[in-house]
Amino acid sequence: MGSDSGWKRVLRGVLLTIVALFFLFPIFWVFLMSFQTNETILRIPPSIVFEPTLQNYVALISGKLVSNAGVLEIAFMKNLGNSLILSVVSVALSLLLGVPAAYAFARFKFRLGEDIAFTLLSFRFAPPLLVLLPLALYFQSMGLIDTYFGLIWVYQLITLPLILWIVRGYFEDISEDIEYAYRVDGNSWLRTFLKISVPLARPGIAAAMLLAFIFAWNNFVFALILASADKQPVTVGALAFVTASGIQYGQIAASIVLSVTPTLLLALYAQRYLVEGLSLGAVKG
Amino acid sequence: MSYLELHGVAKRFGKETVLEGLDLAVEQGERLVVFGPSGSGKTVMLRLIAGLNDVDEGTIRIGDREVTFEAPERRGLGMAFQNFALYPHMSAFDNIASPLRARGESMTEIRRRVTEVADLLKIGHVLEHQPKALSNGQKQRTSLARALAPKPPLLLLDDPLRNVDAKLRYEMRLELPRVLRQAAATVLYVTQDYKEAMALGDRVAVLDRHRVSQIDVPDTIYARPATPAIARLFGDPTINILERRLEGGRFDLFGQDLDIPGAGSGERLLGIRPEHIEVSMEPSAGSIPVVLDAVTPLNVRAVLLLKTRDGHELLASCSEEEAARFPRGHKDVHATIDPARIHLFDPGSGRRLDASGQRLDGGAEHG
Repeated sequence: MGSDSGWKRVLRGVLLTIVALFFLFPIFWVFLMSFQTNETILRIPPSIVFEPTLQNYVALISGKLVSNAGVLEIAFMKNLGNSLILSVVSVALSLLLGVPAAYAFARFKFRLGEDIAFTLLSFRFAPPLLVLLPLALYFQSMGLIDTYFGLIWVYQLITLPLILWIVRGYFEDISEDIEYAYRVDGNSWLRTFLKISVPLARPGIAAAMLLAFIFAWNNFVFALILASADKQPVTVGALAFVTASGIQYGQIAASIVLSVTPTLLLALYAQRYLVEGLSLGAVKG
Repeated sequence: MSYLELHGVAKRFGKETVLEGLDLAVEQGERLVVFGPSGSGKTVMLRLIAGLNDVDEGTIRIGDREVTFEAPERRGLGMAFQNFALYPHMSAFDNIASPLRARGESMTEIRRRVTEVADLLKIGHVLEHQPKALSNGQKQRTSLARALAPKPPLLLLDDPLRNVDAKLRYEMRLELPRVLRQAAATVLYVTQDYKEAMALGDRVAVLDRHRVSQIDVPDTIYARPATPAIARLFGDPTINILERRLEGGRFDLFGQDLDIPGAGSGERLLGIRPEHIEVSMEPSAGSIPVVLDAVTPLNVRAVLLLKTRDGHELLASCSEEEAARFPRGHKDVHATIDPARIHLFDPGSGRRLDASGQRLDGGAEHG
């Protein structure tokens, strides 16, 4: 890279800036919007100069939406809590089930093994709308509708195949001899799995966990049909900002900022494991 | 009863038979080299003994216990893998300490044993390194140290020198006997390098066609190979194998009438070691006129590629000084073959034939 001539470096800088602007500008704009009132947001022409206000955040956190039509109760914080519960528990459950299952699919050949793995993957390409109606009817009669339990169960359709298939590939990349060596050292099968296989697949598990979390967090349609206001995540709860007196852009922007924060924090946290994965890869050969 | 015994062991992967009817007995404290071409099932055999794969048939005994279906962690042996199989997320120290930890040793004992075995293998200065920071030779020594650390009564070494460069391999070949003697264990050492087998084995077991086709001390395997396959594998340059019809021990070898008294009649495979072909510039009684096609100097020995009149190629070898007498290129020279040093095999069964009362391998004990 050091041998690059000056103009090449300048060009790369310019191109990177354009790409970054293209992708980051909407986020930046939303961030600015979250500190503005509806009036300043909607003025024409739009301006970057405004008097920042925290009223959007105050409204969200206090749960009282003050508009010119009166005071409206919104359950944003409750929704955010629901999102956290649903996503965290779903991903945790998927990890608990999916990581051992991925190991089994990676290491052992068993009857119908490939078929089972593929069936699990196929849940990902069936459009959710296809299964929603029958699912809603079943849930109704089983009393699972509008329960965390029911939603987390359905969320497994999203998170489990993802974790299973990503982590499986990482397990397959670990040399069997490394596990064999640990067994010969005098360790049980389970201990080998926990002390060797899982730590070595950690970058893959981190990546899969991150992706599964994002998918679960962003899910809209399952929660829309299968949950009422009480159990709704933010994705569904955001509909409340479309009020009779207009669309509350400021609050929407603030709620976006608040609701991407957990995913962002998780991504930053998981990043070091992803990077670790890249450096560990060098040893495998 | 021997310390390690395999009886009628068979292992198949799908339709492919790797081992079949394999018998092996190893005495306590013995260093047995398992030698065979790649794909002959040497590694599979070690894995069966270690319990990493289950046998399809047969039994395995270690000491006075039958362990055929016992879990690997309960067999209490040490194993070094061809690709080292170090734990990439642990330091060299923790790698070596792993079997000691699994055996529940105290921290002081672990530190003492790791330091001891690391000093023996001269890797004391890299114990804090992660495997990725180790050189290939250090990785290999670390993996050996891990196998040795708990002083296992049975040590399985799966071609540990395969993945290190020639200089290190030579060094380790000299050093290993000392290290293994110190370990005072029964050792199974897998290799496909016949020189390694000669250098390291008290006895050598040749694995070929799913089973042990010969087991003996290294010199005997070289002097009296049981099959043409073993004769080909054991020795460098490779033995010349010719097919001839014998009539009362007499046969024609490229125009020369040779006689192996008492060798009988019928189709035979003749094995002629390159060092038993004498090449000279002048013809002598019983010599065969050949063309010297090429001379390959191998430092101590030179390999001569000879061509007979009918286009057969023969390999001969001699010392470098002798080779210096031959002019380079296609030159007419003369080859003399001592019929007493020819190995005879039955082409049908592929087994060695010894004429009764005849020392067919006479003098070859020095080879």
